Amino acid sequence: MTFEIFMQQLANGISIGSLYALIAIGYTMVYGILRLINFAHGDIFMMASYFMVFSMVNFGLPWYVSMVIVIIATILLGVLVEKTAYKPLRNAPRMSIMISAIGVSFLLENLATYLFTGVPKGFPDIAILTQAISFGNISFSVATLVTPIITLILLYVVQFITNKTKIGMAMRASSIDFETARLMGININRVISTTFVIGSGLAAVGAILWGSKYPSVMPLMGVMPGLKCFIAAVLGGIGNTTGAVLGGFILGMAEIMLVTFLPSLTGYRDAIAFIILIVVLLVKPTGLLGEKVTDKV
Amino acid sequence: MIDQRKKHNFKLYNIIIFIVFVAFITALDLKFLGDDYVRRVLSLAAIYTIVSVSMNLVNGFTGLFSLGQAGFMAVGAYTVAIFTVPLEKRAAIFYVVDQNPVLAQIHLPFVVALILGGLLSALIAILIGIPVLRLRSDYLAIATLGFSEIIRIILTNAKSITNGALGIKGIPEMPTMWVFFGVMILSVTLIVLLINSSYGRAFKAIREDEIAAEAMGINLFKHKVMSFAIGAFFAGIGGGLLASLLGTVDPKQFYFTMTYNFLLIIVLGGMGSISGTVIASFIVTIGLEVLRFFDEPLTLLGFNIPLFRAGFRMVIFSALLMILVLFFRNGLLGQKELSWDMITSWFNKKTLRRKEKGGAL
Repeated sequence: MTFEIFMQQLANGISIGSLYALIAIGYTMVYGILRLINFAHGDIFMMASYFMVFSMVNFGLPWYVSMVIVIIATILLGVLVEKTAYKPLRNAPRMSIMISAIGVSFLLENLATYLFTGVPKGFPDIAILTQAISFGNISFSVATLVTPIITLILLYVVQFITNKTKIGMAMRASSIDFETARLMGININRVISTTFVIGSGLAAVGAILWGSKYPSVMPLMGVMPGLKCFIAAVLGGIGNTTGAVLGGFILGMAEIMLVTFLPSLTGYRDAIAFIILIVVLLVKPTGLLGEKVTDKV
Repeated sequence: MIDQRKKHNFKLYNIIIFIVFVAFITALDLKFLGDDYVRRVLSLAAIYTIVSVSMNLVNGFTGLFSLGQAGFMAVGAYTVAIFTVPLEKRAAIFYVVDQNPVLAQIHLPFVVALILGGLLSALIAILIGIPVLRLRSDYLAIATLGFSEIIRIILTNAKSITNGALGIKGIPEMPTMWVFFGVMILSVTLIVLLINSSYGRAFKAIREDEIAAEAMGINLFKHKVMSFAIGAFFAGIGGGLLASLLGTVDPKQFYFTMTYNFLLIIVLGGMGSISGTVIASFIVTIGLEVLRFFDEPLTLLGFNIPLFRAGFRMVIFSALLMILVLFFRNGLLGQKELSWDMITSWFNKKTLRRKEKGGAL
């Protein structure tokens, strides 16, 4: 293998890792507060891709306008999912909420198949993101370079919100103890909605960058990234946003490095994440940056 | 005295219903009744019953959220497919990549392959369960969902064993429907016996409150792994039967969304009710067949109704799951079992209400 190919793959790994990171933040925040695996998160990401296709291809809007519309639409969808599928079940057994989450995810997938058919749609070409730049023999698309930077900026924004603002303080309080936070006068529904707003917004940004890299939009495209990003969140320590980003990077790198060094195992690329999950659960169930949580009786 | 007689009557009713059921299936089987399509759908319902009851054992009775049913079925189905296809047909099936030379020599009778498939599923369940079930059971959902994806990836890539994406054709078909219904009755009976044993009570205790169960001396980890492995065993058996019903297996059949069928069944029947699951299995399997017209274009009075096209059935199906879990969380029977007392009291309530109405008028 030449140095160029290695560098190319390294850049790929970092950029795919940061895409995972963007989606993983949504999982980790929802899990931190609701203790719920939001199975629909991957499908919200999928819907965001479709929104982008419609906005740019069908309505012919320029990319910067589309981007704003897509982010807003995705946030609305995320909040709608929370209000209809999770809020009515807040006091229900955990099993019911999990089934509801699965149900929403399945409903979104089937709706997408029904409305947009299973035939893949091409993701609109955002020239500013897909043009190639080269350093010597190595060439990247702008998206590959920009993605990690955007991810780190957004991580900083999320950190700022959770650590420096009032709603962020409410979020941290709710994630430590839901009931006590409520007793202290925190409007728990607002906290949860904010969490979904942030998570869905990041998923929308992720979808736009993802589409510039893999320009094919399908109803089931969100399933695998969804599962993997949850695993990334577990790897980093669930509930911890920095951990989610770290986990995303590690997962992305692991996948790309497998493809680079053991090309014969390329077919097993999607299996890596689950092997990582099993190893993490065996060795350090709290993840890299997670804190040990004890269940109180 | 009266109670005694009533109980006796109920026993008689049970026997009558059982005889009617046996007669009905035998009549279908001997082709006095119905056609091949009906026979196929009912056999499928029997298989779905086995898998759903096993899923209810894990999800409904033990309170673990497992989503690996499709994967475990795939293991069972492929075991049956690999070992029961007649030796002379193998070369024609594995025409792209030769079959593994060791496997190419082995032919097993159906029953042996079926049980082997179940045992393999159980073994895999134990391997997944050991790291995952020590922790909060949330991780089980992701791990099992991931497992059903990985198994599909392996089935597609391990070409010398599974023939990759082409699948395996020519699995011998069963001469009678009683194979499916017999295994169904046997599996459901075994699971009912298990649930009513001390193990079953331990499972339910874990479902209700893990910490309290542990305090009562129940070994949480052991019982969770046990329930999960037994569930996987029966799912494997169901998969093996499915392979012989369809006569062909390929990785696409076992896409993880298949598990959602069983999820709908146990939610509809009631998480923690065996009789509810059995009823719901037949309702959902037959319903999915009947609802096929939703996928066909519909023209009413010369107007083409645009709502009806491919995929509509699955939208209704998933919306139904949402409606059930949001508004009718207990499903048909909740955690109760269907009994004659329940039926008679239901009828009594109805007649009482009618009488009250009559009085008011």
